[in-house]
Amino acid sequence: MELIFEGIRKALWLLATLDPEVMGITLLSLKVSGVATLVSLVTGIPVGAALALSRFPGRQIAVGLVNTGMGLPPVVVGLFISILLWRNGPLGFLGMLYTPAAMIIAQTVIAAPIVMGITLAAMQQLPKKLRLQILALGATRLQVVWILIREARLPLLAAVMAGFGGVISEVGASIMVGGNIKGYSRVLTTATVMETSRGNFATAIALGIILLLLVYAVNLVLTHVQQRERPQ
Amino acid sequence: MSSARKALPVVLALAALIALTGSARGAPAQKEIILATTTSTQDSGLLDVLIPIFEKKTGYFVKTIAVGSGQAMAMGARGEADVLLAHSPDAEEKFVAGGYGINRRLVMHNDFVILGPGSDPARIKGLKSGLEAFRLIAGAQALFMSRGDNSGTDAREKSLWKAAAISPQGQKWYLETGLGMGQTLNVASEKKAYVLSDRGTYLALKKTLGLDILTEGDAILLNIYHVMEVNPSKWPKVNAAGARAFADFMVSPETQGVIKAFGVDKYGAPLFFPDAGKNVDTLGK
Repeated sequence: MELIFEGIRKALWLLATLDPEVMGITLLSLKVSGVATLVSLVTGIPVGAALALSRFPGRQIAVGLVNTGMGLPPVVVGLFISILLWRNGPLGFLGMLYTPAAMIIAQTVIAAPIVMGITLAAMQQLPKKLRLQILALGATRLQVVWILIREARLPLLAAVMAGFGGVISEVGASIMVGGNIKGYSRVLTTATVMETSRGNFATAIALGIILLLLVYAVNLVLTHVQQRERPQ
Repeated sequence: MSSARKALPVVLALAALIALTGSARGAPAQKEIILATTTSTQDSGLLDVLIPIFEKKTGYFVKTIAVGSGQAMAMGARGEADVLLAHSPDAEEKFVAGGYGINRRLVMHNDFVILGPGSDPARIKGLKSGLEAFRLIAGAQALFMSRGDNSGTDAREKSLWKAAAISPQGQKWYLETGLGMGQTLNVASEKKAYVLSDRGTYLALKKTLGLDILTEGDAILLNIYHVMEVNPSKWPKVNAAGARAFADFMVSPETQGVIKAFGVDKYGAPLFFPDAGKNVDTLGK
């Protein structure tokens, strides 16, 4: 119990003094997971919407794959991507292993199916007649999709939060493709694991608390956007 | 549309975020070195002192990947690392014999210690022989925590069992965590088990552990670190110049001096003993 209090004190101290190493790690966590979430939104929402609104042979299989993708183990994603990015691997010429860019790629692969799956469910939940109504009002295909996405924005914002939450908290892929390099690819989760294995429990707890605060702050903003009442 | 105007600040913020992600260390590939090393060297904090000195001196960017010695050598064997700092001499010798590593040089040593609960059910306290201690532990079927992860420490532990002609795998007093040294020590402390550890990690965690040093000082418990460069003729993509620069740095007199002084102010005793240039057989005598 004393250790937790020590961790809380340490977290407050690190934040109050704006400890440069911790600030750097926190900013990198935000950058990497933020960009990964953004890319997974840009890819996930259109794909999820398309899957929800269209019918084609093999659609059931595609939906099944997306739903399975939501449960992809991050460490397995990390392993596969690091094998691809190895110097002597198929994508080795990119020279991307052990960089923040590789971490963004891995986190996008983890987050995108989550966003796709929740978007799919959200769009399928919309009243079937709504689409016909919009079409009847003279909307183009693209406008239909845009309006339906806006109608489903409550669960879609949940998709954003789920995607972001999933990647800001993952550690297996980040360690494997990022390498936890000090001042370069070290993020809050990987630093927490390292400090724990060194036995610096107070520091590890402090980093964990800072991560929780970061996730809370981001979700506070997203929740505010989600729960805002539309002006009548 | 008003919703587009509301989205604009968000889009701008996200665009700024992406722009910031541009790597601050856009070093060209020849200036990057991948150092595969052990978790114990990283956990000791020694590399946090040495790497910045090296980077400042040479302008290289060192990517330190801390994994077990086994994984480090597997990376080297695939050409996925440029230089290795390991402490698993038998495996290292095989590595060099296989043509994967060149210029294997002695850097430093510290020692392993056999830790255990204060109650010491196997009565190994004060023994001068590591093999005798292991025999007594097996004989008493006392709980023993192994790392089981092909690390340098794990390799030494397995060689001790082999030398004592004991086969502990599968027996119920012999547990394997598959974790790093610090975490394995925590589990051993919780379960009141015996464990083999490097002295450095033990010193760093002593405050939070309920384990004591019971057996130490045997030459068989020496923990010896070598630096090896990955063979560029096997793997042309290896940064051979960078690897050589780093290996030369590790055995240079200035660095050896830093190694000698490391840890003294924090732990009262040095964590590593510099050995560059010595004959490995003279250590511990």
